[in-house]
Amino acid sequence: MDLRFAVQLGVIGFIFFMLINMSALLVLAERKIMGFMQQRYGPYLVGPHGMLQPFADILKLLFKEELRPKGADKWLFTLAPILSVTAAFAAFATVPVGGETTFFGLLDDPIKLGVADLNVGVLVVFAITSMGVYGIVLAGWSSNSKYSLMGGLRASAQMISYELSYATSIAAVIMLAGSLSIREIVDSQAGYWWSFIPRWYLFLQPVGFIIYAIAGVAETNRAPFDFPEAEQELVAGYNTEYSSVRFAMFPQAEYINMVTMAGVATTLYLGGWHGPFPLPAGFDWLWFVAKAGFILFVYIWMRWTVPRYRYDQLMAFGWKWLFPASVINLIVTAALLLYLNG
Amino acid sequence: MAETVIFYLLAGLAVVASALVIGQRNPMYSVLLLIASFGALAGLYIQLDAPFVAVAQIIIYAGAIMVLFLFVVMLLNAPKEDGAEWDQAHPLRRPGVARFGALLAGLLVIQLAWALMRIAELEAPVGSQPDGAAVSSVRELGKVLFQRHAFAFEATSILILVAMVGAVVLARKEGTDL
Amino acid sequence: MIPLYHYLIVSAVLFAIGTAGVFLRKNLITILLSIEIMLNAVNLTFVAFGRYRGDVDGQIITFFVMTVAAAEAAVGLALVIALFRHKESLNPDAFTSLKW
Repeated sequence: MDLRFAVQLGVIGFIFFMLINMSALLVLAERKIMGFMQQRYGPYLVGPHGMLQPFADILKLLFKEELRPKGADKWLFTLAPILSVTAAFAAFATVPVGGETTFFGLLDDPIKLGVADLNVGVLVVFAITSMGVYGIVLAGWSSNSKYSLMGGLRASAQMISYELSYATSIAAVIMLAGSLSIREIVDSQAGYWWSFIPRWYLFLQPVGFIIYAIAGVAETNRAPFDFPEAEQELVAGYNTEYSSVRFAMFPQAEYINMVTMAGVATTLYLGGWHGPFPLPAGFDWLWFVAKAGFILFVYIWMRWTVPRYRYDQLMAFGWKWLFPASVINLIVTAALLLYLNG
Repeated sequence: MAETVIFYLLAGLAVVASALVIGQRNPMYSVLLLIASFGALAGLYIQLDAPFVAVAQIIIYAGAIMVLFLFVVMLLNAPKEDGAEWDQAHPLRRPGVARFGALLAGLLVIQLAWALMRIAELEAPVGSQPDGAAVSSVRELGKVLFQRHAFAFEATSILILVAMVGAVVLARKEGTDL
Repeated sequence: MIPLYHYLIVSAVLFAIGTAGVFLRKNLITILLSIEIMLNAVNLTFVAFGRYRGDVDGQIITFFVMTVAAAEAAVGLALVIALFRHKESLNPDAFTSLKW
């Protein structure tokens, strides 16, 4: 076990640890931001300014009783949250977090910051995200309850509908970058035009970015597209019958999916770890964190500002507006590339 | 060495999961086991230097077609087999006949394996050919697909359109004007 | 390095399992699943031979096989839904109205 392997393992462990903490941080961030937007303080009592609220939440969830409805399918009831969480964590494994670094001369060859560097990375993110549908569908089905089944079916239908626009908008970025590896897509966004506008694909693909953002929000069942877990309509949707640890897995999977979407948006459209001014080597992952954090803030902001879509409006929008728009975006990008380069 | 271990693990998972698929009474379990089998096959594709096919397998098969199966199983609330009484007394349901069928399937496997092992050229290890990079390059794949097989590609798109229209027409309820 | 016939034997076993499923099972959905198993076995053979010969033709064929399998699964499941609405049963032996 040489030093390089140990350092790589340490990086992977650190990313995993931070991902687990992200869901707690995001719970706190959501409640505080929601509070401030509604002109009140969020959680305030636990710890200084409510900073320890996630600990209280997790402790409460851990000590609740584990229930399983009588008619629920024994294996699938437990398998569903496991599938959700596994898919959520695995999807983030393909997102590169930073450039190459030697940790200030500790190593001889630089290692790349990120869990995995795949040469078909973009597609793997998409593949694992489409496996996340199964967790929700199985949760809805195995609970043996009306509300759960309706919520599960609606959530999965929504997710597979918006997956198409998601993939097609990413296809335009792949065409621009000429590679399927996320690390290469980020590296092709280095540099500036006229030495002050960074070469982000956001400026080359504004419509594509908007389509990607909307599809990403719909994929994670958040914000205006969270009908499947709408508290007012469906009790709690597909996780109605879950309690304690099994329940805690579902919001965790949702927040990790949000982080993955933010990470993929940062690397594909916002230039990843290349910032307006270069940080000292070994710290460029801070740019990634800053950009992903901003996108997460916009996620939370959107949830508490915009009213919720009705389900048929949601599906009509996804199929009749968003998917044709993303296909037209792809065709226009291809035509412009051919015209300007050939 | 590690390669062989991984191959046996993945191949074993694929075969065991597929065998369980046809042995399960509950169609929901069959679908989930088949997803596991597809995942193992994707691992085998990666070992064969075909990463794009592996990811396409997960996206298309495990991510889309199996979701379709899952939806249908849930919508129909697919009853477990052996539901009707007249079905139990069917002459082909007697255990001897089912075992004979399984025996015939086993004979088919043995025959195929025997025929394959007789051919000497197949002894060469996969991957001993050069140009491993050429096989796994997506760029190369795209070039060949869109230049040499362009007609088949366009015909496939028409096929998908026809299948979409056909599925919608076949599955709609009577009396709705669509 | 793994010899080619290892992959071919795995594919043969999968194909036989799929065939056994089609013939022995009395549930329309399981029959369709067995057909998918057979198509996957064929895909594995194609990719293995493609790698053996060192070109991408094997992978290209798998795309077309996957597409055809998707289309066929969609239409097959639509048929299953229509049949189920008619007779409330997924047993292929229940649809014998044309027999004399």
